Amino acid sequence: MDYVIEMRNIRKEFPGIVANDNITLQVKKGEIHALLGENGAGKSTLMNVLFGLYQPEEGEIFVKGKKVTANDPNVANDLGIGMVHQHFMLVEKFTVTENIILGKEPTRGGRVDIKSAANEIKKLSDQYGLSVDPHAKIEDISVGMQQRVEILKTLYRGADILIFDEPTAVLTPQEISELMQIMKKLVREGKSIILITHKLKEIMQVCDRCTVIRRGKGIGTVNVADTDPDKLAAMMVGREVNFKVAKTDSVPKETVLEIKDLVVEDARKVNVVNGLNLEVRAGEIVGIAGVDGNGQTELLEAITGLAKVSSGKIMLNGRDITKLSPRKVTESGLGHIPQDRHKHGLVLNFTIGENMALQTYYQSPYSKAGILNYKTIYEKAKSLIQEFDVRTPSEFTPARALSGGNQQKAIIAREVDRSPDFLIAAQPTRGLDVGAIEFIHSKLIQERDKGKAVLLVSFELDEIMNVSDRIAVIYEGKIVAIVNPKETNEQELGLLMAGGKKEKVGGFQ
Amino acid sequence: MNLLKGRLFSILIPVISVVLALIIGGIVMLASGYQPILAYTSLFEGIFGNSYNIGETVRQMTPLILAGLAVAFAFRAGLFNIGVEGQVLVGWLASVYVGVSFDLPKIIHLPFAIVTAAVAGALWGVIPGFLKARFKVHEVITTIMMNYIALYMTNAIIRAYMLAPGERTKDVKPTASLASDFLQTITDGSRLHYGIIVALICSVIMWFILWKTTMGYELRAVGFNQHASRYAGMNVSKNIILSMAISGAFAGIAGAMEGLGTYGYMMINAAFTGVGFDGIAVSLIGANNAIGIIIGAALFGGLKIGASNMSSVAFVPIELVDIIIALIIFFIASSYIIHWLSNRVNKGGKL
Ligand SMILES: Nc1ncnc2c1ncn2[C@@H]1O[C@H](COP(=O)(O)OP(=O)(O)OP(=O)(O)O)[C@@H](O)[C@H]1O
Ligand SMILES: [Mg+2]
Repeated sequence: MDYVIEMRNIRKEFPGIVANDNITLQVKKGEIHALLGENGAGKSTLMNVLFGLYQPEEGEIFVKGKKVTANDPNVANDLGIGMVHQHFMLVEKFTVTENIILGKEPTRGGRVDIKSAANEIKKLSDQYGLSVDPHAKIEDISVGMQQRVEILKTLYRGADILIFDEPTAVLTPQEISELMQIMKKLVREGKSIILITHKLKEIMQVCDRCTVIRRGKGIGTVNVADTDPDKLAAMMVGREVNFKVAKTDSVPKETVLEIKDLVVEDARKVNVVNGLNLEVRAGEIVGIAGVDGNGQTELLEAITGLAKVSSGKIMLNGRDITKLSPRKVTESGLGHIPQDRHKHGLVLNFTIGENMALQTYYQSPYSKAGILNYKTIYEKAKSLIQEFDVRTPSEFTPARALSGGNQQKAIIAREVDRSPDFLIAAQPTRGLDVGAIEFIHSKLIQERDKGKAVLLVSFELDEIMNVSDRIAVIYEGKIVAIVNPKETNEQELGLLMAGGKKEKVGGFQ
Repeated sequence: MNLLKGRLFSILIPVISVVLALIIGGIVMLASGYQPILAYTSLFEGIFGNSYNIGETVRQMTPLILAGLAVAFAFRAGLFNIGVEGQVLVGWLASVYVGVSFDLPKIIHLPFAIVTAAVAGALWGVIPGFLKARFKVHEVITTIMMNYIALYMTNAIIRAYMLAPGERTKDVKPTASLASDFLQTITDGSRLHYGIIVALICSVIMWFILWKTTMGYELRAVGFNQHASRYAGMNVSKNIILSMAISGAFAGIAGAMEGLGTYGYMMINAAFTGVGFDGIAVSLIGANNAIGIIIGAALFGGLKIGASNMSSVAFVPIELVDIIIALIIFFIASSYIIHWLSNRVNKGGKL
């Protein structure tokens, strides 16, 4: 057959879990093949098997019709398989060229020949429309650009089969549409692509076929032209999924969070939050919409006590928390689902149980007089795992071993369970499958209905529009407009986020 | 299916490393014209052969356990304490000072001397801890410098204030001594002292702090991920300083073992004792956990004591024994190679 990749009946086990159970994946030459499945379904595992990072217990792999034995990443490279990892593996201080040739330096007379490498990289970059500057330093370029460097790295090594593991989770909408163009160009030039994504819209846009896996088992492969997002979602979750969150109108009560004229400096002494005013009331969800880098991160760090406030005031439940330490702020009634779950949300080498106690370990009943009570900690974790449907072999599994979506659920379980008066959710559904997104949105709304105040920060306009009761648009460190999600649309929001003026509420409808 | 995996694997690594080191050591001996079998039997006898040797091995283990605990404790909090050597020296001097200058009943004098050593070591550890927490000065640099300061400062203090004939201090009073007639008699006159009990208690303390207390939970969290710890409201600076203090305290007690036990005095040291540096290797062999450290210290102490027998019976030069010790550490440090080898083996035949 003319499959470039054929994985037959792959089985891969981890302690306590079968991550891949008899999965078959066939990729045709020149197609973009989507791999779709819930968090923890086993997509990354399957790709790691293909790439030679994991050895499967059973099954066979054929690349370009030839059976592959004794696989490892070097063999994969030689076979023309390249992987663009979600977490980039780049050296910050090196230039693009240096990063790309790392480990495969061309030499001339015993010296590394940077110049001809840079030329070749420039040529590749032009050929696929990547517009990467070979001499730029990694630390100076955007996340989207860094990803293109990763793509170039695989191309430079001669890959003609590219694996993208959730490439769009870290990108802005603009960067996403550029990446889609790049992928189309790549297949036009004869490459084949396997794309893992949770965004059905993207699959509909660029993919030719889609293989669905659920809980480690292959469900089937469909032509994208013959299906639609609803069908795909149902295939993947095993039931109908609601994309539109069901919720009643909010009944806001007293003000819980009040921010007055807040100014926060970043490391370069620039006022990234610059005279910001905002109120969040009990029983409402306020969504912050804005382009990345307009002060969202610093705003959240100021509220949570992690960043120093230059001037202005933050009140929580009528109490001034501007100068409190993170712990004191938390104890005043704050819950925080941080934006970067690996860096800020979890201690990956701790067990799930230990992670779930990260905010409460020092309190009774989890500890007494400085002595931890592991029994209670793990009992609590066990019940949270059930309640929040965290898919993990047990509460003793290290957080590192969980799939991204389940790590996020663990964090949400921890923060929501403390039932804080004020909950910050920053990019809470980044990298999550549609079923999990639905679940998390309903949890946020449930908190709202319990009379809690929720602040949602997201780059996904769909999410902001769907979940929020009010939308605050942030631009250059200020809230420039407050709009009602029912009376606005993506165009108007996009305009406001770019610094445009609001004519009148709902003026675009 | 997977030959070497998970928990079993972490136990097997040191064992395989030791075996590999012994094999290569044997080859080196053969090549240089010594008899490896005779050498290893004499090494073994040098460690376990008679009660005197056992006593000396255990005595040698004692400060190594404590130094290993010190390195491991800091390591758990993400810090590389190379300053254990210096902390040992100040602890040693502090214990001897208390042992020489006070007249107290044993029940007070001995604990007082040990605690003083712990406090001195802790202070010596806190300085680099503070510099790291407050000014982000790397602890590897500062702790190395603190080692030199400790070496020359303790020498200067002994010379200026505590000198007795023989380039050393006076003996500590019997009320502050760890020496035991009973232990010496049953081990045929070795220098074995009660310090091993102190070391074992400290191992339990280390395990307890790390795994049973909120303090240990915080230290480990900070060691793994400072960002997440800060987000969870932990005081990262406090934890860095605290872990260096406790690490230094263990090191200080290691010094007290020499001052109150093995020697009963402190001499002017021309060079570092090496206890602190061996502690790094011991904690590495022991994978930073208490039981592993005791085993690592036994191995290390045993090899050191057995070495002399190896050279006197099989005429193997002491240097070769040092090479074997170095090989063991080398193989453990490069356990990655063993990982890799085992993967190769596991893969054979399949896919
Ligand atoms: N190294 C590992 N050790 C133990 N279990 C693992 C390991 N890697 C993955 N797993 C488990 O295997 C299952 C599949 O994980 P995988 O990462 O492949 O999911 P995924 O489909 O990529 O999910 P996501 O969309 O969240 O990234 C999960 O239950 C996960 O907990
Ligand atoms: Mg994945």
